[in-house]
Amino acid sequence: MSAITRRRFGALIGLGAATALPPLVSSGRARPRVVVVGGGAGGATVARYLVRDSSGALDVTLVERSKRYTSCFFSNLYLGDRRDLGSITHRYDTLAAMEGLSVVHDRAVGVERERKVVTLAGGDELPYDRLVLSPGIELVHDSVPGYSEAAAGIAPHAWRGGAQTALLKAKLDALENGQNIVMVVPPNPYRCPPGPYERVSMMAHVLKMKGFEASTITIIDAKSTFSKQALFAEGWERYYGGMIEWLPPEIHGGVTAVDARAGTVETDFDTFEGALLNIIPAQRAGAIASDAGLADDSGFCPIEAGSMRSRIDPNVFVVGDASVAGAMPKSAFSANSQARVAALVIRGELLGTAVPRADYANTCWSLIAPEDAVKIGARYEAGEDGTIVGTSSFVSDTGEEAELREATYRESLDWYDAIIADMFG
Amino acid sequence: MAARVRAKIPESVTVGEVFTIRTLVSHRMESGLREHADGRLVPRDIINRFEATFEGERVFAVDIEPGIAANPFLEFTARIEKAGTLVLSWTDDAGEVTTYTQGIALA
Repeated sequence: MSAITRRRFGALIGLGAATALPPLVSSGRARPRVVVVGGGAGGATVARYLVRDSSGALDVTLVERSKRYTSCFFSNLYLGDRRDLGSITHRYDTLAAMEGLSVVHDRAVGVERERKVVTLAGGDELPYDRLVLSPGIELVHDSVPGYSEAAAGIAPHAWRGGAQTALLKAKLDALENGQNIVMVVPPNPYRCPPGPYERVSMMAHVLKMKGFEASTITIIDAKSTFSKQALFAEGWERYYGGMIEWLPPEIHGGVTAVDARAGTVETDFDTFEGALLNIIPAQRAGAIASDAGLADDSGFCPIEAGSMRSRIDPNVFVVGDASVAGAMPKSAFSANSQARVAALVIRGELLGTAVPRADYANTCWSLIAPEDAVKIGARYEAGEDGTIVGTSSFVSDTGEEAELREATYRESLDWYDAIIADMFG
Repeated sequence: MAARVRAKIPESVTVGEVFTIRTLVSHRMESGLREHADGRLVPRDIINRFEATFEGERVFAVDIEPGIAANPFLEFTARIEKAGTLVLSWTDDAGEVTTYTQGIALA
């Protein structure tokens, strides 16, 4: 079977109703240009795979505002004194040194889809044949009444890595015994579904290590259930009995006002006071994607399940948290997996290489206490209904032996090293 | 174990109006079925009884069993014919009683 046939087969299966695009293989002009916006788990992976696997046949530009990347994943381990901030901060130097890859540290401010050009804050224009957007999330601060970008300077969300994470850690470390934490958790969909509960575990661990057993953590959740709930409930009872209180909307009735300065979260049920408020607002696709008209009413970007191609513009791919990825949760693992699929499809279109059928995977590990980690994960593919669907899944059990939990923790550490290497080389 | 109470009860209602009382009490609700790491059972310590009285008359009561999760939340409705005082009380296995008192006026 020839490569062309396999590619067509893959295109039929994976791309579904995608607009057929002529390959640029024999166009005789300069190398096809791919612009990637966003240097996180999705964007860095796409850029690296495109360059690594195309033998210099593609002209790839990665646009990333920051020179250093502090991962949001594993930031809870920093809160819990398991990692320092330096160990989750990475540079783009190795990527930038790859031949065929330009890393541009600037802010992408707009996409002109008609002209196929990305505009940078510095005024430069980057033309593309294919564009990959991996902008992550935009926080919808005012989804929580009384919350704002300014309030986030007092009551951090810490739902993006870096400065917000450091602020939350400083506030956590400044708490005194008997002072309380109140966390507000957003409705689905949001980045890292089990993240708030791992964070609560790590913050409770820090309080417990200091002997601050008079302090409590109250979770005001917009959801009635949450990821790995039975595992967290078991762990919280075991390690942090009496410290953690989780309130679903059936109890609190909804947040009516947050006052960051006063340290209060008012709900329909009662007013909760905390010396530390951690307010995680609702989220939507990064602004560059929604400004380009690539998001739908959900605030996120619909994609074709077999390729991560935008359903709105066939020259654009959206990977990671900004996409509507069906059954896949918004996670770094998912973004990395989607990025690999997008890279294969883009290479196939631009260079005529084989495109295997899309196969995605995700695993989310959560640390409940030092060396006690649990996980949930699945494999995914393009479903007949046009969305990404799960094909097989696994989740840790309650009551597992300590050795297994420790092995799960070590697995998560190995994964971290592996994804960082996959992103940054 | 001393418990912290949160409650939402209207301060005034009209005669005969059905109103909602929502209460949340913080308590570990140790079921007595959980094992320490060494295999010994963690002793049971739960709130086993909740009562609500209005002007001394019982309006609502529940026997609570070990299957109820930590921080039990109770919601029930009542109506009154006159102004008065509502007293909520939770009794745990140690015999400790936590109470919450609120007056309700007629609008």
